[in-house]
This record gives sequence, C-alpha cells and structure tokens, in this order.
Amino acid sequence: MTPDLLRGTGRPLLVRLAIAAAIALTLGAQSAHAKELQVTIDNFTFTPPDLTVKTGDTVTWTNHDDIPHIVVSAGKFRSKTLDTDNSFSFTFSAAGEYKYFCSLHPHMTGMIKVE
Amino acid sequence: MNHDHINDEEGGVSRRKVLECMTWVGTGVLWTVSGGVPRSLGLVDAAKAAEPAGLTFLQISDSHVGFDKPANPNALGTLEEAINKVKALQTKPAFMIHTGDISHLSKASEFDDADRIIGQAKLDVHYVPGEHDFLDEEVKLYKERYGKGTRGPGYYSFDANGVHFIGLVNVVDLKAGGLGNLGAEQLEWLDDDLKGKSKSTPIVLFAHIPLWTVYPQWGWGTDDSARALEYLKGFGSVTVLNGHIHQVMQKVEGNVTFHTARSTAFPQPAPGTAPSPGPMKVEASRLRSLLGITSVNFKQGEQRLAVIDTPLQG
Repeated sequence: MTPDLLRGTGRPLLVRLAIAAAIALTLGAQSAHAKELQVTIDNFTFTPPDLTVKTGDTVTWTNHDDIPHIVVSAGKFRSKTLDTDNSFSFTFSAAGEYKYFCSLHPHMTGMIKVE
Repeated sequence: MNHDHINDEEGGVSRRKVLECMTWVGTGVLWTVSGGVPRSLGLVDAAKAAEPAGLTFLQISDSHVGFDKPANPNALGTLEEAINKVKALQTKPAFMIHTGDISHLSKASEFDDADRIIGQAKLDVHYVPGEHDFLDEEVKLYKERYGKGTRGPGYYSFDANGVHFIGLVNVVDLKAGGLGNLGAEQLEWLDDDLKGKSKSTPIVLFAHIPLWTVYPQWGWGTDDSARALEYLKGFGSVTVLNGHIHQVMQKVEGNVTFHTARSTAFPQPAPGTAPSPGPMKVEASRLRSLLGITSVNFKQGEQRLAVIDTPLQG
C-alpha cells in the first residue's frame, strides 16, 4: 500500500474511498490487538496443541469429533459439553500460561500462552 | 449365532490346581478370545448345555442412547436388539449390571429412552456411571435415577448367592494428562468394604473405564486401580468387569480376571489401529458382529466365573 494509491491519479473516486476504508479498518484492528484464533478438536487432539496469543485475543475451540469433549483450564475456564461441531470461545485478558485439557478424556491436553 | 467363549469348568479347590488352571486359561482359551476367534456355540445353547447352577448375571455396557452419528445412526435400536437377546435367554439371569455410558449426552430424554428399553428385560439392573452420564449442567440426573443409596458419585456394594459385587466410579475428577480415577475417598471406602470378608468370598468388581492399563495413549486405564487391586490380594476369585473401550478384552493376572464388554451402540478400534479411539464406522453388515452383551456364570465351589460374550449377530 502506498500513499500514491490514495492520491489516486486516474482511479475512480469509489475505488479510492474503498482502499482508504480498507486501510482504516486494518489499522483499527491492529490498534485494538484483538485477534480471533482457532483451536480444532479432531481425533481426540487439540490442534495446535500450543498456541501463543496476545492479551485481549479470543480463542475458539471447535469439536469435529463424533464424541463430545469439555475444554477445561483449572480455575480459569470451562466449556459446556461440546457435541459434534459445537464451539467454545474464551477471551484472554491476563498474561500467563493456560494449560488446559478435556475433562472427559484427560489424555487430551493443550496450552495457550498469553503474552 | 456365534460367540466368543470363555469358560472355565476346572473349579478345583486347591490353590495349586487353581494356579495350574489359570496358566492354562491364560495361555489358551482366554487369549484366543482376545484374538477374536469365535466359537460356533450359541449363548442359548450354551446355557442349556451347561445347565448352570448357582448364579448367572448379565453385563451390558455403553448403550450411548442418543448417539446418531455414522458409526450407528440408531443406538437405541441396537440397545433394543440387545435387550431382545436377553429376553430370549432360556436361563433367566438373576440380574443385570450396566457398566456405564447409558446415555450419550446425559439428556433426560436419553435416560428415559434407555430406561424404557432396558426395563423390557424385567431384571434388576445395577448401574455404574460412564463419563457420558455426567454431562448435564447440574450433574444430577445419573445420581437421581440410578444412584439412590450409593456413596459419592455412585459407588456401592451388594451380595448375591455368596458373591460380593462392588460397583466403582472412575469417571469423575479426572486429572489433566491422566487416566480414569477412583480417588482417595472411594479407595478408603473400598478398603473398609472388604474388611472382614472371608478370602474365599468371590469378588466381582465393576466400573466403566478398565481397571487395568489397556492403552494409556487413549486413556484406557485407571491411574489408581493398582491400589484397589492391592486390597483384593489374597482373595481366591476376583473378576473385574469393565466397558468404555467398546470391544472384548481379557487378561488374567494371578487371582484376577479382567474383562471388558462390547458396547450395544458402536464399536471402537483396537488399541493403536486408528488415529483415535472414537466411534469406528464399519460396513452395515458387520456392525452387529461388533456389538453385544456378556453373560457371567458362577458355580458354587468353583474359583473362576465363566464369562461369555455374545454379539448381536454373526
């Protein structure tokens, strides 16, 4: 993206406005630092098992198995029972290492590192 | 109708004889069963031929009522087929035990459906919970329906025909990275429950998750089961019946016979043969050969119980 584009020599006004809006949106999102990240559950495994996020980010777990799972980080968060294709989201407001597991299948473990 | 047949008719009284017999069983018939080789003798015929005296009871497990995924879109239907098999038995069992995962998601409607179908067997049923039976928001439905008079999350014991039955719960308070869990309080209760029992009392221990380590990579075992088995040392006859892994497995270790029952809902893969222990989809024509019920017979004066697994079909 260059300022030349915004000066818009020869571009229609609407295109220039759209580009400007896109830049504004991108900058806005960056300044809020609020990203949405995904952890999937397939074959009794959290993917990715370890994930590093920033304070304010939201992580969403989605269960693709034919068996329900419950995502639990002791004393921090606990999902409801996630049946097939159900999701659970948690927004991390404090830095730290959040180890979590499935309370039904405790061999399933993962970690969210919040910076 | 075929079935896997584990039968021990060698109920001698001397300890030496029992040990010889165990060795023979351990190297022969029992491992044949783990290898899945069936014998062509029906449960009904077997019951007739053996004319079992003493105590016969049934085990059903993992009915997962409410499950409707591709591995079996009608788990309630196959439960009903299993119960029809029970009703057709010539020798009426004394009672039934259910080793957990009655429901799939602990919905009241799932428990209602399960009760309606299982009730058709017109037998007393002694339940222990699976992890799928504690999924309701308030975690109260299982205890309300099946756990009256039990302790903690639902453990208890009772006696029948001189056999001492102990139902344990190893599906609550599971620890990250761990396996099934009995917990200190339940173990203490078990220790007390066994105190004063004659060592010649046959013991049947039943719980949902195997009380022996089948495959820890898939969570198929119980962290503190060794402590429970410690309390059973010295008893001449101990039979441990579990579910959870949706397939027949058997192991003999000293005085203890471990056995897992098939599910009535869907099969799961043999340890390590699939990416996960989840429901295994097989061809429709094969499904009923992988679901089934288990019959257990105890004869007075015999150390070992005869355990017979019967698939719904095949």
